[in-house]
Formats: sequence, C-alpha cells, structure tokens
Amino acid sequence: MIEIKNIKKSFGEQQVLKGISAVFKEGKCNLIIGKSGSGKTVTLKTMVGLVEPDEGEVVYDGRSFTKMNFKERKFIRREIGMLFQGGALFDSMTVEDNIRFPLDMFTGMTLAEKTEQVNICLKRVNMVNTNKKYPGELSGGMKKRVGIARAIVLNPKYLFCDEPNSGLDPKTSLVIDELIQHITEEYQMTTVINTHDMNSVMGIGDHVVFLHEGYKYWEGNREEIMQITEGELFDFIFASDFLKNLRRNAKV
Amino acid sequence: MKFLDDIGGYLIMIRHAFSRPEKTAMYSKETFRQMVDIGIGSLSIVAIISTFIGAVTAVQFSYQLKSIGLVPMWWMGSIVRKGLILELAPTITSLLLAGKVGSNIATELGSMRISEQIDAYEIMGVNTRSYLVGPKILAAVVVVPMLIVMAVALGILGGWAGGVLGHFFTTAEYVRGLQDNMKNWDVTVMFIKCVFFAFIIASIPCYKGYNVSGGALEIGRASTQAVVLTSIMLVIVNFFIAFFLLGE
Repeated sequence: MIEIKNIKKSFGEQQVLKGISAVFKEGKCNLIIGKSGSGKTVTLKTMVGLVEPDEGEVVYDGRSFTKMNFKERKFIRREIGMLFQGGALFDSMTVEDNIRFPLDMFTGMTLAEKTEQVNICLKRVNMVNTNKKYPGELSGGMKKRVGIARAIVLNPKYLFCDEPNSGLDPKTSLVIDELIQHITEEYQMTTVINTHDMNSVMGIGDHVVFLHEGYKYWEGNREEIMQITEGELFDFIFASDFLKNLRRNAKV
Repeated sequence: MKFLDDIGGYLIMIRHAFSRPEKTAMYSKETFRQMVDIGIGSLSIVAIISTFIGAVTAVQFSYQLKSIGLVPMWWMGSIVRKGLILELAPTITSLLLAGKVGSNIATELGSMRISEQIDAYEIMGVNTRSYLVGPKILAAVVVVPMLIVMAVALGILGGWAGGVLGHFFTTAEYVRGLQDNMKNWDVTVMFIKCVFFAFIIASIPCYKGYNVSGGALEIGRASTQAVVLTSIMLVIVNFFIAFFLLGE
C-alpha cells in the first residue's frame, strides 16, 4: 500500500499540487486521471522521488519515503518498477541487456540465472526471441512491453506506469492494459497508473483518483465513474458533446 | 546568479561522480566502454591532425629561419619537439577532443535525460552521477594523455617528413635537434596539462548534458554550450599552467 499525505509542490510561482492525499491499494490497478496540466505526472514523480514535494509525505507500507536520505531510499527503490511513457529503454543496450541491467547491478546471480530470469520476463510480456534486438528496432508497443519486463525483473512490490498507452493504437493499448492488470494480480503489486485514456479507466480502473487544477477532485472506481452526470469529472470523461448526449440519453 | 548556480551544480556533480559505486564490476565495464569510445573513436582524427600540425610547424619555421639565415637548421628538430610537447599536441588535441568527445558526451547525456533514461536509472536506485559521469571523466583522464603522447610522436614524424620533403633540413640535422637540450620537466608539464585538460573535456559536457531540460532543441544548445565553454576553459587553464610551471 502507498499513501500520499497532503502533497504540495510549486514550480516558481505556479503551485501544481495543492495538497493531495490518497491511498493506493495493494493488488489493485490504481489510476490517476485528469486533464493535461492537472498535476498527474508531478504526483507520480513525487511518489517515486524524481520530484521532491514542498510539503507532505509519501509512505510505502508504513515507511516514510520523503523523510529518507538517498541511501535509505535505495532499498525502497529496489522494490519499485516503473514503466515510462516512451519506454525509456537504454539505447546502447540490447533488449536482454536492458532487462538484465537491474540484476547485474543489484544481485549476485550467476549469468545463467540472470538469463533465465530475463527469459521468464520476456515470456511474460510475450516478447520471446527478441533478446538481441536493440530498442531502435522495436515498435512503440514492443518497447512498452520490454519496459514492463524490465520493471518486473526484480519482482517489485510497487509498479508505476506513466501514460502506458500514449502513442499506441487502441488495440495495442488494450493488450498493454491487460498485461499490467494480470501482472498486478499475479505478483500482488501496488500498481499506480497515470493516464488520460478512458478505455484504461473503464477496463482496469480498480481505484481511480481524478485530479483537477492541483486538487484531488474525485475518488472511486470504474463502476462509480459511470454514475457521474455532471461536473468536472463528467466533462473530462465525456469530453465531446456527442459523448455527453450519448451518456444522457443512455441514462434516460 | 545563474553562473554561481552552475558552479555549485558542477561541484556537486563532481563530488557525486566519485562517490562509492554500487557495484565495482559494472562501473569498471562502463569505464572501459568509455575508454574505447573516447580513445579508439578519436585515434584517426588525432593522428591526421597531429601529423600535419608537425609538418606545417617544421615547414613554416624552417621558411622563416632560412630567410633570417643566422640560425642553424638543425635547431628545427628542437623547435618542433618543444613546440609539440609544451603546446601544440596538448592544446590542439584537447581543443579537437572538446569538439568531438565533448559534443558526444553532452548529446548522449542530454538525449538520455530527455528520453527519461536517466530517470529510469534513478528509479532503479542507481546513483546516476556516479554511474554515468564518473566513468566518463575517469576514462578521459586515462585515455586523453595517451592520445596526446601519440600526437607528439606523430607530430615529430610529420615535422621530419615536411622538412625533409621540402628540402629545409636533412634527417641527420633533424635528429640532432630532437636530441638537443631535452628537458624532462617539459614532459612533466605536458602530462600535467593532459590530466587537467582531460578532466575539463569530460566534466563540462557531462554537466551540460546531464542538466538538459526541454526537447531536441535544448540538446543541440547544450552540446554547443559544452564545446564553447570547454574550449574557453582549456585555453584559460593552459595559460595558468604555463604561467605557474614555466614562468621564472
């Protein structure tokens, strides 16, 4: 479980996060949604320590991440896997080397053990026989899958995904969503996904936090979202007049 | 204010770059990879430029000395050797490497920053300044002096070829000059310059590349700034080393 308590963050004069608190549950896909500029990415980066909050606290299973120094954070970081928007695969390394990197750096496994673990992860994301390919030879969806494989190679307790469906076609997006959902359930991880893809919300949104102008505006699950008929969240989900009318008519 | 921020940021980066590595084997592997990139990647260009610098030094000095007519031509060996060891090989090779290696480093780290690869390392718990910056500086400090020694040797060879082919002096005269009044201190000064220059060539572009924010345009800008700043720092440090170590 991850808890964020009253997180505030400003960049210069602009206050991006205005006191956000939320609890992200274990074994669930927790989604952070909101318009561009609502503070989703800053919230996610604050949770993983890439951005330091001005106020507030991030707590991983009772351990205050915010209060830890760099060395103490290392231990929690080894329990974290993250899928970046563009995959963030290391260009100079093959797929296998990318996935093996955390094992090389943080474990004392033999080469055979590491190779076996890499192959298990590649199989898990349906990317067998791509070991020797370079990131430049992969499609957007394949990069995301390799990114997931690298994120789970150390069997993390926490998985963060920043816009996992950006730049992907709807069908590939569904594949990535299902993969994240299955992995979350299989490894019983606390997964936090930052997205504005409504298909993801409806498909895997076990717990949804809606941010608006730096505040937490709404919290619930995918079933509850469908009951919304007005307000900022309604405008966000049913962005076009066509969808709004469709929703209102469906209600009638 | 920005200037002071940059100096502070640079010093903090250097301190972290040499902090204790997470896994020595991984850092050694990365350092050797950087040595190959910096060293082998620069061999041909350093060889071509230093050979012709030696040749043109011999030809132009010989031309001037001949027109004066009071200086024996065997001095040319000594002039070329001293010029190359004390100034031409370290400074010109370093300026060349500032362009080639410096822009490479700034672009590589800048691209890694923009494409979130540095963030990916951070999330894993890797000390990125130590893993990405430290090996580059260490590799440069090892490899750049080797390149400069090679530049001196090839420059001397170029000087011989230029002078002999241009009929300014004979091989025997050139060799006599090379052996005349050789001072070990000159070589020591050259190595001191090499180490300082290597540190500058790697560390400034690392700082510029590591701190890129924005997009592709900023990567290009950081690369240009890295090369310009490195070149300026090289000539300034060059002056101070010469001033303090060679001045009376």
